Amino acid sequence: MIQVRNLNYAYSSDVALSNINLDIKQNTTCAIIGPSGCGKTTLLYLLAGFIDYNEGEIYIKNEKVKGSRRETGVILQDYGLLPWKTVWNNIALGLKVRGTAKEQINKEVDEILRELDIQDLKNKYPAQLSGGQKQRVTIARTLVIKPDLLLLDEFTSALDAMTKENIQNLILSIYKKRPVTIVFVTHSIEEAVFLGQKIVIMEKARIKKIIDNPYFGDGEIRSRIDYYNICLEVRRWLEEGKTYENR
Amino acid sequence: MKIVERILKNKTLYGIIIVVIMWYVLHISIESSVIPSPYNTVKRFAHLIPEVLSVHLLASLGRIMIAIAISIIIGVPLGLWIGMNKKADSIISPVIYILYPLPKIAFLPVFMILLGIGNSAKVTLIVTIIIFQMLIGVRDGVKEIPKELFYSVISMGVSRAGMYKHLIMPAILPRLFSALRLSLGISISTLFFAENFATTYGIGYYIMNAWIMVDYLDMFAGILGLSLLGLLLLRFLDFLERKLCPWVFLT
Repeated sequence: MIQVRNLNYAYSSDVALSNINLDIKQNTTCAIIGPSGCGKTTLLYLLAGFIDYNEGEIYIKNEKVKGSRRETGVILQDYGLLPWKTVWNNIALGLKVRGTAKEQINKEVDEILRELDIQDLKNKYPAQLSGGQKQRVTIARTLVIKPDLLLLDEFTSALDAMTKENIQNLILSIYKKRPVTIVFVTHSIEEAVFLGQKIVIMEKARIKKIIDNPYFGDGEIRSRIDYYNICLEVRRWLEEGKTYENR
Repeated sequence: MKIVERILKNKTLYGIIIVVIMWYVLHISIESSVIPSPYNTVKRFAHLIPEVLSVHLLASLGRIMIAIAISIIIGVPLGLWIGMNKKADSIISPVIYILYPLPKIAFLPVFMILLGIGNSAKVTLIVTIIIFQMLIGVRDGVKEIPKELFYSVISMGVSRAGMYKHLIMPAILPRLFSALRLSLGISISTLFFAENFATTYGIGYYIMNAWIMVDYLDMFAGILGLSLLGLLLLRFLDFLERKLCPWVFLT
């Protein structure tokens, strides 16, 4: 689904990504984790086609990425919803610009509102919503265009702990219901292990380690010890140099 | 007590009452015909409005409206352009910063020589002053749009034209209303000055003429008319903003 080959990217003189190679299979999930400034968001923006690159190659479904793709859905940390549109209109926007017929828009928007249990928010403006509600609406808005690739940029970092888990559960249940390729950037180890089939650990513009997560897909994983073992492994790689002793 | 509460709630009424009280106090304490009583002024105003004041007020209103329309038509697209385009910004903004603080009123004689002594010179004068409000307001409005919103709209598959419709225009609209409110006040005071020259119509002319004729009651009736016109226009702008930008007024 996604192939990244020898990708380099720099903001004027600051190297943001150096020699990135990455393969992500269709309908799998991939977490990208690393300290601030490691280039993870840049990588996601490149996949989304928000920024142009000239060194290396990115292919999505065997097509070279140039600008934003219609079938890619992007969920940003914040600011994603248009403040001047109601929830309903925010969700309908993607369908409207695709020229979908009015009746079809009504049907699909109502369906997704029901699926995400946000029907009673449809006439509200984003400023009237809580953080968790906003993120649900953003997810609805992205899903309504039926993307084959979902890119998420620290999508729970502005939420409190309980809401965070709810939204993570929501993403997992959506994934199980209608498989889609998901790439998400996070700085939370727990989130990476809960939602990532593949966990890419980044450091200073390069990929340091890719871990396969055999426990992905288990909704109850948070109450199992194996989950914490993987979390610990990720932590070790992130904080390489420090030693953790098993006593 | 209930009446007092109700008055306090109605902000316009509250403002009017306070101003009238201050006016009355001045009238009594100064004891000169220079400040006629509010009651007599209102009486004179009611007498003059149907045939005399309305003509002058409409003439002024027409000039203000045309000047604002021209400023919007030129200022908004130009503001959008320099807001969106860094190169245009670096070429045009330095020029704007030199022109903006110039006392354009001083150029009225130049406009009158070039454009004739009629309405064009007066309207042009107002345009040269308020166009900067629109331009700078719109430019800053565009610059303030978070990059993430652009990304988010691009990721929805919105076209370039759609970007203006769904993102940029709604984002600058509240700014434009602020610019319009400021422009309205500035237009009225500019017009007041401009209408002192080469015209026999317009509320500015009417007020200054009454002054020269030493008819203070007429002069105050004219001032009252001008104030009411300003108030009405500001209320109308508020109403329009509530209709067009409901998201700004959420509590």
